[in-house]
Amino acid sequence: MANVKFENISKYFGKTKALSNVDFEIFNSEFFILLGPTGAGKTTTLRLIAGLENPDSGKIMIDGIDVTKTQPAFRDTAFVFQQYSLYPNYSVFDNMAFPLRSPLRKETPEKIEKRVVEIATLLKIQTKLNNSATELSGGEMQRVAIGRALVRNPNIFLMDEPLSSLDAKLRESLRLELKRIQEELGATILYVTHDQIEAMTMGDRIGVLREGELVQIGTPAEIYSSPADTYVARRLGTPQINLLPKAILESTRIPAATKTLGIRPEDVTLGSSGLDCTVTGIENLGADSILLLSMKEHEVFAYADPEKNYSCGDQLKIGINPEKTLFFDTQDKLIST
Amino acid sequence: MADIVLQNVKKNFGDFIAVENSNLKVEDGDFFVMLGPSGCGKTTTLRMIAGLEMPTSGNILLDKENVTSLRASQRDIAFVFQMFALYPHLNVEKNISFPLRMQKMKSSEIKKRVAEVSQLLKIKHLLKHNISNLAGGDRQRVALGRAIVRRPAAFLMDEPLGTLDAEFREEMCLELKKLHNRIHATTVYVTHDQIEAMTMGDKIAVMNQGIILQNGTPNEIYSKPKTKFVGSFIGSPSMNFIPVDVAIKKGASSVVIDSNVFNIPVQHAETIADKNYIGVRPEKMTLTQKKGIAGEVYASEYLGNRNILTINTEVGQFKVRVSKDSNVCLHENVKITFDPHSAIIFDGASDKALPSAYMTI
Repeated sequence: MANVKFENISKYFGKTKALSNVDFEIFNSEFFILLGPTGAGKTTTLRLIAGLENPDSGKIMIDGIDVTKTQPAFRDTAFVFQQYSLYPNYSVFDNMAFPLRSPLRKETPEKIEKRVVEIATLLKIQTKLNNSATELSGGEMQRVAIGRALVRNPNIFLMDEPLSSLDAKLRESLRLELKRIQEELGATILYVTHDQIEAMTMGDRIGVLREGELVQIGTPAEIYSSPADTYVARRLGTPQINLLPKAILESTRIPAATKTLGIRPEDVTLGSSGLDCTVTGIENLGADSILLLSMKEHEVFAYADPEKNYSCGDQLKIGINPEKTLFFDTQDKLIST
Repeated sequence: MADIVLQNVKKNFGDFIAVENSNLKVEDGDFFVMLGPSGCGKTTTLRMIAGLEMPTSGNILLDKENVTSLRASQRDIAFVFQMFALYPHLNVEKNISFPLRMQKMKSSEIKKRVAEVSQLLKIKHLLKHNISNLAGGDRQRVALGRAIVRRPAAFLMDEPLGTLDAEFREEMCLELKKLHNRIHATTVYVTHDQIEAMTMGDKIAVMNQGIILQNGTPNEIYSKPKTKFVGSFIGSPSMNFIPVDVAIKKGASSVVIDSNVFNIPVQHAETIADKNYIGVRPEKMTLTQKKGIAGEVYASEYLGNRNILTINTEVGQFKVRVSKDSNVCLHENVKITFDPHSAIIFDGASDKALPSAYMTI
């Protein structure tokens, strides 16, 4: 395993800017997540590290060595794609053993078998090793694809939304397994996703990408509680943070430069005093109930007790605690308090 | 607009029973979701309502009229498929107006309706565009537009968001719900995604292996699942099932697990099996300093406003939802207890919930 550094990388495709001055470091044995919507530059970043693309400017360092011009084969990275591209005519064992059988590696069959069984056990597919790759469920196929990367012990694992084609329950359990295996192996992983739940639950640190620019890097808790700007604030948390004009709240705690207030839905209190609202929508998620409220011309999300029956049109009052409020300036940047 | 009633509807394909004897009522104006894993019979049910499949037995009523033997084209229903199924050689406007032109509607009326629908779906600027140049979400909007423009008695949708990428799906999900709130059209919506079902449905019917297991509001289905399957299928994370190795008697109000006594709602029936389960939602489980099921923290997932702990115990793995401020560490030894008022006993033999002071069946 290794640490990987991105120094001032820019990448254009023709006139389209894919990445501009991206600068970050992935530490050894870190689970680093790049979070962003489609087209933010996540996959381009992965491809640059793997050597499948060349940057227009900047340097890529692996363990202190400049690999910017190094061929993909010599960078020793392992890629896991969204679509598990397995060899359909091979067994699970042969699929997983494939990278170890590369003529460059010269591994003994005993060593290969030991490693494949070890990784298969971690991924809980050890009983499927003799199955043909096509006799597996989607979740198992993706485990094999991840396993094929894990057997190699490369410098870094590059994972491009590996869970997003799986159904919800499977995604939930694989999320947990992947994090556990990463900790057990001490693996360095760069994982890109647009799914904020994956980012928050698995990442040691998250880098938030927006239109080719890295807007914030931090632990999930740092990014959630002090987002650098309103974009990042909206990107993490479901339902989204409420962004409201300064004028709705009167408090001496509000900094003068404030333009927008950010209040997480869990910090909005429903009660008998506060600002007047009308219920315009109710989403019942089982464990929680989320109310969509209209307050004058503004929309506000709030959590409600799912056992209380609200209905559309109900009038109620909401309280906003200035101590739990984030303040953003006219440039939409967070004002630190 | 109309209500839809299924009376003893059954469907066999050869020897295979796709849908068991089913009874269902979709109220006028409801957004009704049929939820289940693939192969559970939800799409077959939808296709029978549409008239694309004939039931083997039973009746289907649309707006109180028996339509069982009517062809699809004679039922006043619009179908939105998972694959957009648009006409690739026609532009957006022609695709939307297609069903109206087939009905030989006056062109001034067609124009008016297309304008109205494209306004509603925010695709007015795309009317002259070619279908092949559109993004997935816009294509699905056009497919919806073509369905809405007819003003049918009901809409049937078969995983209409299934082919969109996850990010877009959430956005379209909200959009569809808002659209429904505006036009209040009776809608039957098929999906395998429980979050989609919970957020959009006024009512949900959960199906598995051709049987409608439960049908109710999202809240009822979540908090009072009638079978283990429903409890584990709905909710993210799933319901926890704590095994108990004794039969539970009628009138019982406590159980012993791992030599600890736990209170449960007063039971109104007894179990058949000797091995049963207590179903508890992750937010109804708590960590305790006193008596509880001993275990070790296996994983902790941070979700911003809460944490989900995965805890391994002698009797199984459980998920516990704790506040975001909880500072439990990995591998820490903890004890778990649960809310005595909302625990549900599931019979180990039938997997069905037992009636109790909490669980009304």
